[in-house]
Formats: sequence, structure tokens, C-alpha cells
Amino acid sequence: MTLNHYLVLSAILLGIGLLGVLTRRNIIVVLFSIEILFNAANLNFIAFWRFGPNPEALMGPMFALFAIAVAAAEVAVGLALVIAVYRHFKTVDLEKLDTLREP
Amino acid sequence: MSASTLALIPCLPLLAALCTAGMRNGRRAAAVAIGALAMSALLALWALSQAWTGDAQVFPLADWLSVGGTRITFSLRLDALSALMASMVTFVGLLIFIFSTGYMAHDPRCARFFCYLSLFAAGMLGLVLSNNLLLLFMSWEIVGLASYLLIGFWFHKPSAAAAGKKAFIVTRLGDLGLLLGLLVAFTQTGTLELYAGGAGLLEKDPGTLVWGVGAAKLVSLLLFVGAAGKSGQVPLHVWLPDAMEGPTPVSALIHAATMVAAGVFLVARTFPLFEAGGTLPLVAWTGGVTALIAALIALGQFDIKRILAYSTVSQLGLMMVGLGAATTGAIGMYHLFTHAYFKALLFLGAGSISHGCHHEQDIRKMGGIARAMPVTTAAYLCGALALVAFPYTSGYFSKDAVLVAVYGADRPLFYLCAFSSLLTALYVTRQCVYVFAGAHRGAHAPHESPAVMTVPLVILAVFALGMGGLFGGALQAKLGAIHAAHPFPVIATSWAVALGGMLLGWVIYSGRDLRAPDPLALVPLQRKLWFDELYAATAGRLWSGLTALAVLLQEMVAALAELVQELAQATGQFFSRSVDGRLIDQLAVDGLARRFHEGGRAAVRFQSGFLPGYLRWVVLGTLLGGLFVHWLLT
Repeated sequence: MTLNHYLVLSAILLGIGLLGVLTRRNIIVVLFSIEILFNAANLNFIAFWRFGPNPEALMGPMFALFAIAVAAAEVAVGLALVIAVYRHFKTVDLEKLDTLREP
Repeated sequence: MSASTLALIPCLPLLAALCTAGMRNGRRAAAVAIGALAMSALLALWALSQAWTGDAQVFPLADWLSVGGTRITFSLRLDALSALMASMVTFVGLLIFIFSTGYMAHDPRCARFFCYLSLFAAGMLGLVLSNNLLLLFMSWEIVGLASYLLIGFWFHKPSAAAAGKKAFIVTRLGDLGLLLGLLVAFTQTGTLELYAGGAGLLEKDPGTLVWGVGAAKLVSLLLFVGAAGKSGQVPLHVWLPDAMEGPTPVSALIHAATMVAAGVFLVARTFPLFEAGGTLPLVAWTGGVTALIAALIALGQFDIKRILAYSTVSQLGLMMVGLGAATTGAIGMYHLFTHAYFKALLFLGAGSISHGCHHEQDIRKMGGIARAMPVTTAAYLCGALALVAFPYTSGYFSKDAVLVAVYGADRPLFYLCAFSSLLTALYVTRQCVYVFAGAHRGAHAPHESPAVMTVPLVILAVFALGMGGLFGGALQAKLGAIHAAHPFPVIATSWAVALGGMLLGWVIYSGRDLRAPDPLALVPLQRKLWFDELYAATAGRLWSGLTALAVLLQEMVAALAELVQELAQATGQFFSRSVDGRLIDQLAVDGLARRFHEGGRAAVRFQSGFLPGYLRWVVLGTLLGGLFVHWLLT
């Protein structure tokens, strides 16, 4: 298993997440896809740490853990927003949330 | 007597004029005006007593303006001449003011009338007391204005409005002469003060103009033009008879007793200049011709006031003779003083008569007044006797003084004056017969006027009879007349013309049927010797010619202006349509706006409101940015 394997895996995860974010209409699914994007980034942190010049410093896990914690908080905020949006518009379909456009 | 006390004499009536300007209540305005003038009269009497015993004095009031080395000050002169004039003006004025309260009682603009009268009194008093030609000129113009306003007081009558205009314009010609005289005097001597302790205009030689003509000659000639305009000397007399369109008290005060005498006063005041300039014979002859012409015209008139007006012109002419023939100004002024009283009396009497005859002024429609209005008649006859110069009335003494002076100076002029005196007696008798004798020929029965009108008449009658004998001699002595020997031919002539004229008139008119045509009212006399027609044909025609020319010029200028305007409009329209409309509006302003609007429309399509759509652009941008960085680094 070399660094490249991990990077390819990470790129695939990134692609999946990005595709989800860009194409799906359900806000919750978009939120899931964002999580996948985070994980792709975390995988890169770990991989670069593991194959880097200084594996004893634990830089990578520290970054990854930090990102996971932040992502957890972000999900809490995000889901709260989703609930607020749902209460307001009675839908979670992004296609219907078009009040930003010119009528 | 201090300067400010003396200044109060003209200032009190001025204040009264200001106070009454806004009043509506005629009685209150009359009270204010009469009160102010009465105080002025008392002050004037005090001033007269001072001047009588003391020396002539000059009172500087205030600096008016000083430019460079030239100072123009307001100053007053108190001497026998000015004090006598001031007391005469205030006294006669007071009586006429009182008379006016009766005469104007029913006029709705009575308050305005007293305002104008007060303004006039202020101007006249300023005129006589002034020691400065400029101040005199200003007062001169004020009395001219007041005269205009009062002649046209009943401006709803077109004849009155026209008479006011005529008076204003004709006297303006004279005023122009006066103003020019002032300018010449000022450029020659650098001062307009009459007396200034040896440096005044009358106290030093004004020098010589070009070609050896003395400045005094030119200045005195120009001043005489002003005096002739104001005092109705031929040929500028035409305004004075027309001025009788004003209310009768105005005719009495302004156009008989005081203002028209201002010209005579001016000549007397600046007498040294006339003497130095050698213009006195001209003054005398102008006066003589005026006296004759006016006395002739008076014979042909039927309006009671118009006869008196021509008589005034004639007497003013005699005053000028008195000034021009004598070596001092005293004789002319003497006649001025006596004339002021008896002519004011005659005018007020005429006012009382026409008031009693329901505003009838045509003597052919009067008659029998003597029985109906005894007081007025008695007073009027006193005035008439004085005017005729019946022996030992006031007019006799003053006219006699004039005749004595002219007998010594200029024999032909003496005969001229004697003849006009004869005519005077004739027309006065004619008028009196027409008015007082026989039966009344008018439609309404005449009635006597109220006491407020008759009492001033009686007072004036006393003065008209007695003034000459009472203090005529003292007057002359004070004004500096030299009482020359009294030649017998003069006395004989005086008696003969007065008594002969009256006798002639009595013979012609007493037994006549007065409804028949008048034998002496010849057509040329009725038409006033065609003076008005002459002016209409000369000055009037010249004026209408000039007016037509001016109208033509004005039309040409108007056409030119229209052309320029058309041109400007065309240019403006071109620029407005092509440059402003097309270039600026459509292309620049609207065009830019439209471009921005279209740009906005295009840009708005990106704002779909679909959030992942925005994100797609972000991702695309990021990828492109990454590729760009990658390309930069490799």
C-alpha cells in the first residue's frame, strides 16, 4: 500500500462527495455528501502523515481529529438550519428554495 | 433765535404733512395742519421781530455732503426779506387753511387735501428761508410738486388732470433754466451759499465766462428763466390760468399769494447777481409785456377765477417791473406783499361766491350776489379796490412805488404799465358789475357762506385795505428802498388810471343787459390771444413729430429684436433637436442607461436562486484556478 493508493481513494471520495453536493436536491443528502468531502480531506491528512518524513509528531491525527470535531459541530448547525428551512418552506427540496433569484 | 428754532418753521408743516398722509378723518387732519402752521406762524412772527431789530444772520444747519474741497451745507438766512416772506406765507396760509375747512368740508379726500397743503407750506417756507441755492431749488421742486398735486386734486375731471400736467411741464421748462443757472454758478464760484461771510455767491464777483460775457449775466438770465416759469411771465404764463382747475383755496394760496410769487422772490433774493449782470431791463420789460397781455386777456374771460388768474399774471408782471426798474429788490417785494393779501382775499371771495352759487363759476350766470352774500361782497369789494389801486388802499401804495421807479428808469415802460393799470381797473369793474349788480341770472338762489369762510375774508379785507398805509413805509425802509421824489405826473397817472378805469367800466357795463354779448370780450381776448394754439402748433407739433419719429425708431428696434429672437430660437431648436436630443439624450444618457439595463438583464440569468448551481460555478472556478496555478508552476 503506497501513498498513491490512499490519494486515489481520497480523490474518489472527493469526487463522490462533490457529485452529491452538486447534483442532489435533498438538503439532507447534500449534508451527507459534505461529510464525505470532509472524510476525503481527513484521509489525506492521515496518509500524508503516515508516509511523511516525520511520523512521530502525530500532526496528521491531530488535524483529523480536530476536523472531525468541527464537522460534528457543523452538522449540528447544519441540521438545525435544515429544520428551520423545513419549518419555513415546508420542504427540503433545494430546487424549490429559490427565493434568492429575481422573481 | 437759534438755528433749530428757525428750522422748525418749515419743519412743522412738513411733520404735519407726514402725519396727515395716512389720515382719513378730514377734521383731524385739518386740526393737525392748522395747528402746525399756527405754530410756524408764531415762530415766523418771532423771527420777523428779531430780523426787524437785529442784523441779517446766517444759520448753518448741517453739512449735507463734502466731496474733496467742496462742501455743500444746509443753511438758513434770516433777514427782513426772508422773515417777511415767511410770516406772510404762514399768516395768509393760516387763513386759507381755516377757510379750507369750510370749503372742503364735504370732500371725501379732505385729509389728503390738508396733507398736500402742509407739504406745500413746508416747501414754500424752506424756499424763502434757504440760504443755499440748492436747498432753495429742492424746496422749489417741492412746491412745484404740491402745486401739481393740488391742481389735479379733482383728477376725475379730465380738465383738472390736464391742467396739473400742463402746470408741471411748463414750470419744468423754467426749472431747467434754474438748474442750469445753479450749475453755472457752481462751476464759476464753487459755492451755492448765498451769503457766507464774504465768500457767498452774492458777495463776490462770479468772474467772466468766454468772450467777455460775465458769469453774472448768464447766471441771472438762467435764474430768470426759472423765475419766469414759476411766476407765469410771458411766454411761460399759459399754465397759471389753467391751474384754476384746482380747489379755490389752492388757487388763493399757491397760484395767487405765495408760490407764483416765488419767482419774484428769487429775483429779489439774488438781486445783486441781476444788478451785476445787467439783466434788470430784460426783467422789467418781460414783466411789462406780461402785465399788458394778461390784463388784455382778462377782459375777455367769463370764468370768475380765470379773470383773477390773468389778473395775477398781470400783477406778477408789475412786480417784475418793480424789480427790474429799481435799484433794490424792495419795490417788487412790496407789491408782492400787498398783492398776496388782496389776491388771496379775492380768490377766497370768489371761492365763497362759487360755493354760494352751487359751484357756478361763469360770471354771466351770476349777478345779484350783493344782496344774497353781503359779507362776502363787502370783503370782495375791498380786495377789488386794492387790486385797482384805489387811492390809499394797500395796492395803491405798492403800485405807486412801482410806477415811481419805472417813471425814473424807463419812460415807454411807464406808459405800458399805466395802460395795463387802466385795463386792470376796467376788468375788475366789469367783473364786479357782472357778479354783484342786478338780478341773479343763475338757476339756483345763492346763499351766504358759513362763518369759517367769511371770517378769514374779513381779516384779509382789513389787511388789503390797511396794510400799505400801515407799514408800507417801514417795509420799504427795511428792505432798502430809496424813497425817490414823488413826481406829480406819477401821482396824477395813478389816480387817473384807477378812477378812470373804474368809471369807464361803470359807463360801459352798468346800464347794459348783461345777457347780451359783451362788447369788450373780443374773440382774440376770449381765445387768450391764441397762446395755447401757438404752442400746440409749434412745440406741440414738434413734440408729436418727435414722438412719431420715436415710435418709428422703436418699431425698427422691435423688428430687429424680433429677427434676433427668431434667429436665436432657430439655433436653439437645432441644438435642442440634434445635439441635445440625439447625441446627448438618446446616445449618451439613454443609450448608456439602456446598455447597463441590458447588461443587468443578462447578468440576472446567472442568479437562478438554485444553490447547487452557484456551487457548480464555484467548483468550476476552483478547478480552473487550480489548473491555472498548475500551469504557472510547471
